[in-house]
Amino acid sequence: MSLLAVLNQRQSIAYQATLLGGFTLLAAALLVIGDLTTRDTIALRKAEDLKASLSQVLPPALHDNNLLADPLTLPDADGAPVLVYRARRGLEVTGVAYRVSGPGYSGTIELILGVDPQGRVLGARVLSHTETPGLGDKIELAKDDWILAFDGLSLGDPPPERCAVKKDGGDFDQFSGATITPRAVVGALKRGLEFFQRHQVALTAPAAVSVASDPVRSPE
Amino acid sequence: MSLEPNTANKTAWGRISRDGLWSNNVVLAQSLALCPLLAVTGTATNGLGMGLATTAVLIASGFLIALIRGWVTPEVRIPIFVLVIAVLVTLVDLGMNAWLHDLHKMLGLFIPLIVTNCAILGRAESFASRNGAGASAFDGLMMGLGFTLALVLLGAVREIIGSGTLFANASLLLGEGMAFLEMTLIPDYRGFLLAILPPGGFIALGFILAGKRLIDTRLAEARQRRESTAGAGALAGS
Repeated sequence: MSLLAVLNQRQSIAYQATLLGGFTLLAAALLVIGDLTTRDTIALRKAEDLKASLSQVLPPALHDNNLLADPLTLPDADGAPVLVYRARRGLEVTGVAYRVSGPGYSGTIELILGVDPQGRVLGARVLSHTETPGLGDKIELAKDDWILAFDGLSLGDPPPERCAVKKDGGDFDQFSGATITPRAVVGALKRGLEFFQRHQVALTAPAAVSVASDPVRSPE
Repeated sequence: MSLEPNTANKTAWGRISRDGLWSNNVVLAQSLALCPLLAVTGTATNGLGMGLATTAVLIASGFLIALIRGWVTPEVRIPIFVLVIAVLVTLVDLGMNAWLHDLHKMLGLFIPLIVTNCAILGRAESFASRNGAGASAFDGLMMGLGFTLALVLLGAVREIIGSGTLFANASLLLGEGMAFLEMTLIPDYRGFLLAILPPGGFIALGFILAGKRLIDTRLAEARQRRESTAGAGALAGS
C-alpha cells in the first residue's frame, strides 16, 4: 500500500524510475519479438544474396552441388579466415569462390572471385563499394563491362610485372578521372589469385578427402 | 477507442494537413532532417523509400506517444520518447531487411539514421505529447507525407540532372507492376556528377527552398491585396 502511495506521487524518484524501467522492459520485449519474427526471413534473404553473387562467378553448368552447403575456411596472407565456397561436379572440384577486398578511393571495395582448379579467373564481381558515382563505379558490371577483362586470366598471365593498371605499366585500363579504384581492384584480385596458389591443394582436393582432412568447418 | 482527437473538429484535421504538407513542412519550412535528406536523394526512388519508412515511424511514434502521454512525467519524457522511437526504427529496419530486402540493400545504412531524425522527436514533443492518439497519428502521416514529398522532389531533380533518368529501380520498391515509372529522360546522357554528390543536393535544396518562399510570398501578397480591396470597398460603402 505504501509502495502504491509512493508510486502515485508522480514527482517521486520511485515513480520516474519505475516508469523508465517499465518502458525499457517493454521495449526489450518488443525487440525480441521483432527479432524472432524476422530472423529466419533475413537469414534466407542473405543466403539468396550470397547464392546470387556466387552464381555470377561460378556458372551453374559447372556444378551439381549446393554451393552454400559445405564451405571451407582457410587463412589469408594475414592469417584472417577466408570462407571458400566450392563448386563440384560429382566429387571433383570444378571451381572455388571467395571474397577478396582492397582499399578503394573512399572505403573498402569488396569483391567475389571465382577461380577454376587451374587457377584461372572464372569471374569477378564487385559486391559492395563506396566509390564516387559516375567515376569509380565503372567497376560494377551494371555500369561497365570493365570487370569482365579479368575472365580467363591467371597469376602467370599476364606476367606479374604487368598485373597492374596501364598508368603503373600494366595491362589493365584505368578510367578517366579514377585510377585508385581500378588499381585497388587489380591489387585485390592479384592477392586473391595468390591466395589460391598458396592453398591450391586444399582447395581442389576431391570432396571425400577434403571433408576428412578439413578440421575448420563453418557451422552452416 | 475512438479515432477522433479530444479537440476534434473539421478545421483541426485541415490545419494538421496543411501544416504537415506545406506551411510547417519538415524540410521546406523547419529545415530539419537534412542529413538523411541529402544522403539518400541521389534518385527519386531512394527518396520515396526513405520517405515512406520515415512516415511509418512518424505515424507509429505519434500514436504511441499520444497514448502514453498521461503517464509520462516531464522529467523523463525525453528518454522515453527516444526509447519508443528507437524501438520503432529497429522494427522497421528488421522488417524491411526481411520483406523489402532489395530496397534495404540500398537504404540499409540510412534506416538506423531515422532515429537521429530530429523531426520525429520534434513532433513527439510538440504535437503527440499534447494531443489525442488519432490526431497525433494523423499529424505523423501528414508530416511524413510532407517529408516524402520533399525527398521525392529533391531526388527527382538530382536524378534528372545527374543521370538523366527518373524513378530508376522503382520496381524494387513498388513491385514489378510499377516498372513503367522507370524512365530514361535523356538517352545517352553522360551524367552530371555534381548533382549526384552532396554539394549538388545542397544546391538543389537551396533552389527548392527559394521556390517555396517565392510561392508563399506571392500567396501572401495576393491575400493582402484581396483584403485591402475588400477594406477599401467597405470604406467607400460607409
